[in-house]
Amino acid sequence: MKARVLVTLKSAVLDPQGKAIEGALRSLGVHGIGSVRQGKVFDIELDVADTSKAESVLKDACEKLLANTVIESYRVEFLG
Amino acid sequence: MKAAVIVFPGSNREGDVARALELVSGSRPTLVWHADTALPAGTDLVVLPGGFSYGDYLRCGAIAARATIMEAVRAHAARGGLVLGICNGFQILCESGLLPGVLVRNARLRFICREARLRVERIDTPYTRKYAKGSIVRFPVAHGEGNYTADAETLKRLEGEGRVVFRYVTTSGQRDDEQVLNGAANSIAGIVSEKLNVLGLMPHPENHVDPLIGPTDGRALFESLAGVLERA
Repeated sequence: MKARVLVTLKSAVLDPQGKAIEGALRSLGVHGIGSVRQGKVFDIELDVADTSKAESVLKDACEKLLANTVIESYRVEFLG
Repeated sequence: MKAAVIVFPGSNREGDVARALELVSGSRPTLVWHADTALPAGTDLVVLPGGFSYGDYLRCGAIAARATIMEAVRAHAARGGLVLGICNGFQILCESGLLPGVLVRNARLRFICREARLRVERIDTPYTRKYAKGSIVRFPVAHGEGNYTADAETLKRLEGEGRVVFRYVTTSGQRDDEQVLNGAANSIAGIVSEKLNVLGLMPHPENHVDPLIGPTDGRALFESLAGVLERA
């Protein structure tokens, strides 16, 4: 089973990197972009077969290491 | 004093801090590898040095905070033992939950390597008793992620309990939260734990201990520790 974990900064947290990317896009003449926030993507192969077990493993991984829940939130997607 | 300096892959200030400790106490700290499971018997001070543990992968200090030795460091802190985290060490303390908050990318995105001015906000800690209250000291900073961030409630608690020990100030000695060099909330440069035994700070006191290379404002921090631990 494959899953994708997305870790993003909570909306209340300032993201200077996202702001810099936003500015760079603007200076490149890419129009129509309101704002940019940068995050992380983890593609994970799981050794478990059932989805509820996989969900609990990934939650554990996120809480223990992948996200710092002081400033980040996470989301799990299962890939086909 | 029986100090243990923890070495992670990518630590690079362990020699500087060991030298500063030896200079003031006369005893040489033990360097302890991150994969060890126990601190040397009788350890009374643990130092997490600066550097770039694990190449700052994932988040600064995140992987080091989960190293084997950190269980022993956590137990040492829980017993009231002294733990000092400098720069990457401060990031590791936050990631390990020994101090609240987190250090994120500097507000203006630049790595800052220069001398900073700090105000000593509190002198009744084991780390600052040799300073005068409110004195302005000069410590070097060298970091890309030193922007202290915490939620409003945590900041309020830290301020209410007087746990901000070092604060960045301008060259004229004033606090200016708008112009603070790295964007840190409330100009926070260093905080202590509730029991005052764990200190984390971004600047490097260990680099200002020898008149040969400049100011010696950092020396009093190590002398404070030596004084406390000699009497123990």
